[in-house]
Amino acid sequence: MPDVMATKRIYGLVAEFESPDQLLSAARRTREAGYRSVDAFSPMPIEGLAEAVGFHSTRLPLVVLLAGMFGAGGGFFLQWYANVVSFPLNVGGKPFNSWPAFVPITFEFTILCAALAAAFGMLALNGLPTPYHPLFNVPRFVMATRGRFFLCIKARDKKFHVDASRQFLESLMPFGVYEAEL
Amino acid sequence: MMATDTFGARFDRTQRRAFILGIAALILAVLDGLRAPEQFFRSYLLAFVFWLGFPLGCAAFLMVHHLTGGFWGLPIRRPLEAGTRTLPLLTALALPLLLGLSRLYSWTHSDLVAADAALKFKQPYLNLPFFLIRNVIYFAVWWTLVRRLNRWSDEQDRTGDPLLAARLENMSGPGLLLYGFTVTFFSIDWIMSLEPHWFSTIFGMIFMVLQVLGALALAILVAGLLSQREPVASAVTPDRFNDLGNLVLTFVMLWAYLAFCQFLIIWAGDLIQEIPWYVTRAQGGWAIVALVMIFLSFATPFYLLLMRPIKRSVQTLATLCGALIVINFLNVYWMVVPAFEKSGPRFYLLDLLLPMGMGGIWVATFLRQLKSRPLLPLHDPRFEGALEHAD
Repeated sequence: MPDVMATKRIYGLVAEFESPDQLLSAARRTREAGYRSVDAFSPMPIEGLAEAVGFHSTRLPLVVLLAGMFGAGGGFFLQWYANVVSFPLNVGGKPFNSWPAFVPITFEFTILCAALAAAFGMLALNGLPTPYHPLFNVPRFVMATRGRFFLCIKARDKKFHVDASRQFLESLMPFGVYEAEL
Repeated sequence: MMATDTFGARFDRTQRRAFILGIAALILAVLDGLRAPEQFFRSYLLAFVFWLGFPLGCAAFLMVHHLTGGFWGLPIRRPLEAGTRTLPLLTALALPLLLGLSRLYSWTHSDLVAADAALKFKQPYLNLPFFLIRNVIYFAVWWTLVRRLNRWSDEQDRTGDPLLAARLENMSGPGLLLYGFTVTFFSIDWIMSLEPHWFSTIFGMIFMVLQVLGALALAILVAGLLSQREPVASAVTPDRFNDLGNLVLTFVMLWAYLAFCQFLIIWAGDLIQEIPWYVTRAQGGWAIVALVMIFLSFATPFYLLLMRPIKRSVQTLATLCGALIVINFLNVYWMVVPAFEKSGPRFYLLDLLLPMGMGGIWVATFLRQLKSRPLLPLHDPRFEGALEHAD
């Protein structure tokens, strides 16, 4: 079946660069050329790269805020319920609802819930752990954890075309351009 | 070159205006004070304690940076150093207070001490000669620290000797210890002993955090203002302001933590010697001040400083820091003034004139010191490469 061979399913095209500055300017030019489904890979954080590939803020801060508020409310309620409703105890003649004494635990609960939400929410939203990823099919991609910098245009991009996009990536003077098969 | 020239002119103009305003306010304050010497010294103490926080806080934060390093110190190093060099001014401003000690502190009156068991017990510490000796020691320690911090930094600019950074680092550890001890005792002597029956061991820490927070806010504000032109413009980056914003957030939280700890412990202990301090400060008008403070010096800055865009915008963070300095004054006001006004805050013109007068002269001195040296450190090995990647 010849036409199945022709439409080999690919994840996208990857260009390899030798320096962070090259990657940064390549990412900017790719955005300018109209590509939207772009991702960059680097062994270290690069200032401005996230903006260059069009990364917009996630919903993680909202998740953390809500979890923190839940923690605060829950932590306070726990103490209030125990001390006022379930098992009222006269401590030094203080009122049952002694809110100053509840503050430390309320604070701890806030931090606990917010921190757990931040850690697990981050994993949930960025899809980690990912044991398999199409980019792993590119043999050179192992270098992304060492000293090379990669830029990927995904096949799901509306503007994506195997030949045209490859030509475009070549024009950015990369070390090499590879196809990532699905 | 033109840009730096206009900057110089602006420095001079602000400096002159601040000085004239300060002197005018001080003259009015003295005239008003002749009518009410009691109130004059109370307001003077408030103003003095507030403004002394800046040179001391600046010295402490400089030492923190000498110990830790980090590029975030680059834009604020010179404002901090200029801040420490206002210590001689504050030393001079401390002298008039000596005339008012007997009006401010009940433990200076032998008849009151004789009639009070607690005061009699504290007399070996709370007596005039020892009070004066202690203060001579505090100021001597502060002068030594400030002189070394500035002299070695100046030498670093001129010679570029890399050993000076190590020397500054080595003095900063013991220096911070000395700062901690002297400021703790200073706060006991000048503020806690206004209400000599009350005591709290955490009080000095709260006081230190207020000083450092004020100094940090000032340095960020100044760096933000200077960042409109070179050379500071290329030293100020969103990343560094993000770091500085995080530091402000840390100190805001530390203040809240310590202030609440003190309250919680005293509230839980519920002892007759300890609670009056809070009973006064949580009643009538003072309760409103306290609530405003919880809202303005913790809740609001805490919430705002959690957001990255606010920390990364030079202008927004600088504005927020300006507001924090004003709130810092409210904080000192709430700590000091209820000792005199048990029933609630009352408006005295002197409470405005004296902080403004001292502030005017302080700002003029600060600006004169700031412009006397390059606005960025020149040869600190810690900042090597810090200006390379600035677009």
